[in-house]
This record gives sequence, structure tokens and C-alpha cells, in this order.
Amino acid sequence: MAKTKVSQDTGDLVLNRISKYYGDFCAVDDLSLTIPDGSFFALLGPSGCGKTTTLRMIAGLEEPSAGTISIGDTDITTQKSYRRNVNTVFQNYALFPHLSIFENIAFGLRRRGIKDVKDEVEKALNLVELGHLSERKPAQLSGGQQQRIAVARAIVNRPEVLLLDEPLGALDLKLRRQMQIELKRIQLEVGITFIHVTHDQEEAMTMADTIAVMNQGKIEQMGSATELYEAPKTAFVANFLGQCNLIKVKVQSRSGGKVVVSAKGHTFEIPESRVSSSNDALLLGVRPEKLRLDDNGVNSIKECVVTDRSFVGTSTQYLVRTPWDLELVVFEQNDEGLHDLRVGDKVSLEWDSEHTFGLDGAQDVNAGADLDDDE
Amino acid sequence: MAFLHGATKSKSGGESALKKRSLTPYLLLAPGLIWLITFFVIPIFSLASTSTMVRPQGAQIGTYVQELRFANYVDAFLANQEQYVRSFLYAGIATILALAISYPLAYMIAFKAGKYRNILLVLVVAPFFTSFLLRTVAWSQILGDEGPVVTTLKLLPFFDDSIRLTATPFAVVSGLTYNFLPFMTLPLYASLERIDPRTLEASGDLYASGFTTFRKVTVPLSMPGVVAGTLLTFIPAAGDYVNAALLGNPSTKMIGNVIESRFFAVVDYPTAAALSFTLMATILILVTLYIRKSGTDELV
Repeated sequence: MAKTKVSQDTGDLVLNRISKYYGDFCAVDDLSLTIPDGSFFALLGPSGCGKTTTLRMIAGLEEPSAGTISIGDTDITTQKSYRRNVNTVFQNYALFPHLSIFENIAFGLRRRGIKDVKDEVEKALNLVELGHLSERKPAQLSGGQQQRIAVARAIVNRPEVLLLDEPLGALDLKLRRQMQIELKRIQLEVGITFIHVTHDQEEAMTMADTIAVMNQGKIEQMGSATELYEAPKTAFVANFLGQCNLIKVKVQSRSGGKVVVSAKGHTFEIPESRVSSSNDALLLGVRPEKLRLDDNGVNSIKECVVTDRSFVGTSTQYLVRTPWDLELVVFEQNDEGLHDLRVGDKVSLEWDSEHTFGLDGAQDVNAGADLDDDE
Repeated sequence: MAFLHGATKSKSGGESALKKRSLTPYLLLAPGLIWLITFFVIPIFSLASTSTMVRPQGAQIGTYVQELRFANYVDAFLANQEQYVRSFLYAGIATILALAISYPLAYMIAFKAGKYRNILLVLVVAPFFTSFLLRTVAWSQILGDEGPVVTTLKLLPFFDDSIRLTATPFAVVSGLTYNFLPFMTLPLYASLERIDPRTLEASGDLYASGFTTFRKVTVPLSMPGVVAGTLLTFIPAAGDYVNAALLGNPSTKMIGNVIESRFFAVVDYPTAAALSFTLMATILILVTLYIRKSGTDELV
């Protein structure tokens, strides 16, 4: 049996200005990205944003139309997929139906000419806690078990980078939560770079150290879950990660570390460090849970009306209409400060300046909203 | 009373519905069963009984009486060993050739043909639109002494002018291969097409080169098609007599030709029946061994 020689590079994975065209359609557009060695990285975006194409280019299943991919100092752009020290957990697991679980996991080791695979395979099976299933065939396993085997089959090879293509997409919610924690544990245990592609923002936020939000073949913003959530740089990111209220405002003054803005006769303040645009037209962003149903702050809107109310257990979610007919979402924690308002009640809104952020006003207010679960 | 009457009625109604439901599978089976009993089970018993008959001394040709003479089998087999061996040899070669031709073809249609897939499949089946007999006669024209193949071969330096293709084993095996090719291609295509291309990608991802992926993933996953295709080719090819009759000569006779001439020319029914049974039994044994050996029970 021919033994496949696999490159043994270590270091950061660097995508340098890669593009991928299918005919005229641009799936990935001049994308540059550095993924630090040993990190848990998520590529997050709606379907068709180019995240899977990016992953497939790293795996060697697609060739970039332009740009280079390297691990450490080695350029792997044109290296065949079977020579790359990169393994993939496929979306539908793609286990070999004709091989036992043991042989599925041993597949990669055997291809590299390793004779004594038993210990390694058993270690991998124990890592995913399925040691007792080694003699079964994939069809005899449940979806969650197959998913773990797919992870074991990739990890047993100790790749430099492990790619996960929507690995939890086919599982039900409860199992998905469980596997998220499991994958995080495995990543910490083996210390391999994980690149996780997903359209589920909650999944990305739960698991990844760093998230890159992708939209239309480009990276909108990259950072930790907290950074992306608390200080988004674009309307798309603000809307795609959680819910967000965006209000069109005009800049009145920029001084003393504050940007004073106004909308329909109301003035608000945003800390200058949280404004990512020098335009006069801005979008003022504030998350629903940061809004309070009171009126004693610097930033407040009086004479609003409750138009919808839904109780969701930990909080009550209100839709509140401003005097200029803009609907804002407000989450109120269900504790002693609860207002318990009804539809039609008059109410005021207020928030703290440090919870707001200012975005370039030339963007679509609804970019990225309602995209996350439409698959 | 009226109430009671109604209750009884509804009860009997329920029972008859139950009875009807339990009859349904049998009713659905009936046409097939009647067909098989009339045209397979009864004839096979009649054939079995014919195979041990004997022609009484001085009786007319075609008159046989039952004497349970099992020695008929031994006599028939000993007299036609050569044709038996030839039948299985020719059928075996034709099956291997058909597999060698069909595998790349089916692979191409399943994985590479894209939008031409359906056209190619129609082309594979297209020969069935003309009669089996006509197609075989056409082969004798193509391979004939004045035909295009022989004329071309004669132009080549390593063949002398006496070269013939018709009435040779080559022609018979070619005819068999050609005639049963779709029976090989279609099951192969069906099993290749079912392979999830992502398992092939996964194999490449797990350090298997293209050729290793083919050997370790594609071939094992297409085994149900290989087994079905080889059986569908080998079984009819082993019993075929048309190709040997139209493309062969007396020394390329297969067992089908012997059975045919015993039945229709010599009117020796017992020998023909004994030969048929021996052929059937041999094929059954070979097929059983083959399926056991290839171990595809789990995959089919």
C-alpha cells in the first residue's frame, strides 16, 4: 500500500486575499484571515455567505481562484487535499457505510502507513465516549453518535487544523447544546486549531474564542463573542448576532469624548470610542436588554406606546413604538423591577450612553436581520 | 331490540372488514402466483418427469414413458461435457469483459456526465429497442469476411489475408458481451450513483489518493452493483444459444445449442430435460458460492 506523505507544518493558518468564483458568481471575495494556532475559530454567516466555500478551500476540496493559503511558513494553496495536515468533519458526517466504526476511525491512520492503529483508535473512541461501539456499522448508530464518530475519525489523525462544516446542523436542539459543550471540551483537550462553520450565532458564541462574521463573501467583522455583541461595527453584525435596535440619527457635535446626536427632536449621547464612522448620518445601536422602561437618564424617549408584549420565562419582551413610529424591542428581566405593562400603555424609554454604539448611517437598518434561521 | 340488532350488525361488519384486510395481501399476490404456478412450477415438474423417461423399444419418435431412469443425467452429462465447460468459460469471459467495459462507463455516467447523464442512460438501453436476434445477426454482418472489421484488420501487417472472425470463439464471446452489456451497466450505475460524493471527499480528506479512494471506498460501495450485474450477465449468457448459433461454428457450441437441438431436431426430450436441469443446478450452486464469497448480503 502506498503510504501518503502528509505535510507536518505547524503554526497559524493564514488566508491571504483569497477569492473564489463560480462563473460570474463571486462566492468568496478577496478574503484575508489569520487564525492563530490552537484557537477555536468560528466562521459565522447566513447561508450562501461563502463560509463553506472558504472551509472547502482550506480543506483542499476547492481551489481558490486567487490568493494563497498557508500553515506556518508553508504555502498549501495547491497542495492536494490528501496531503494536507487538515481534516474535516462533514456536515452529514460522510462516514464510510461499508466499514465498521473502528475501521472508519482507523482509515486516516492506515492511509499514512501506520500499522498499529489499535491504541490510537481506542483513545479517539474514548475521547468521544463511544468505546463500546467500535464493531458496529455507521447505519446502526444514532445521529448524535455518528457525529461523535466523525469527530473521532478526524481527530485521531492529530491534524494541524480541524474543520467542522455545520457539524451540529442535523441534531435536535438539546443534543446540539450537549455537543457544543462536548466539542469545546475536546478542543481544549487536544489543543488543535478548530475552524467551525455555522449559521447559528448562538452556537458560534458558545463555542468559539474568535468569531468572523461573513456576509456576501467578505468578513464583516472579527472578534470575540463579547466584542461582536457589545460593539458591532456594521448593521449586519448588529442584527445577525442577537437582536438590535438601530435608530437613524444626525451628529450634532463631537467633543470631550462624546458624540451628541439627535433624532426627531430627541438628543442622545454616544461615547466617541464606540462610534465607528466619521459620517454625520449615523445609526445609533442599543441592544433590547439595555433599554429600561424609565425616563430619568441622559438618553430617553418619552411618550412611547407598547404595541406588543410576550412573556418568555426569563424575560418579558415588549415592542414599543416611539412618537415617530419607529418600533423598538425591549427585554425586561422578570425580577422585582418588573413593570408588567399591557399593549396600549404609555411608557418612556431610557438607556446608558456606554451601552450604545454608533454605526455608519449609510447602511440598511435591516441588514442581517431574520437571516439566521432560514435554512 | 333494535339497538341489539344494530350492535350485532356493526360487529359482523367489523369482522368482515378485518377479514377483507387480511385477504388483501393474498389478492395482490394472486396474479403473480397463478402465473408462476402455471408457467414455472408446473412446467418444471413436467420437465423433471420428462428427464427420467425412456423411449420404449420400437416406439415412434417423440414417444416416451416414465421409467425413473436417473442414468439419463449421467449419459447426457458425459456426452456433452465439452459444451458445458465451454458454456461456463464463454459466459465467464463475457461477464469479465462486460464488467471491464461497464465499470468505467457506469462510473462516468454516475459521477462525470452532469447534464448528459440521462441521454447516456438512454443510449445504454437503446439497443433493447431492436430485437435481440436482429442485433446478433447484425454482429455477424459486422464481423463477416467482407465486413468492416475484417477488411480493416487485413490492412494491418500482423494479420494475413486468411483471417476470419465469424465462426470463431471470438465472435461468440463478443456477441455475448455485447448483448448482455446493459444488464451489467445498469445495476453498476445504480449502485455507483447511490454513493454519497461526500464519502469520497472524506476519503481524500483522510489522506487517500484518488486511486486509493477508488479501491477502498468506491469499489466496496459499488459491490452490490457488481454482484447484481455479473449475475444478470453470467446467468443468461451461460444458457444462451443464439450467439453461438449465429456467430459460431460446430466447435463453439454451447450447452444451450445442445438443448435446443435435442428438443427440436433430435426430439430427444429426456436428454434435453436432463441437460436443462444440470445447467440450472450448476448455475444455482455457482451463484450461491459467489454471493457467499463476495459477502455483499449486508450491502444489498
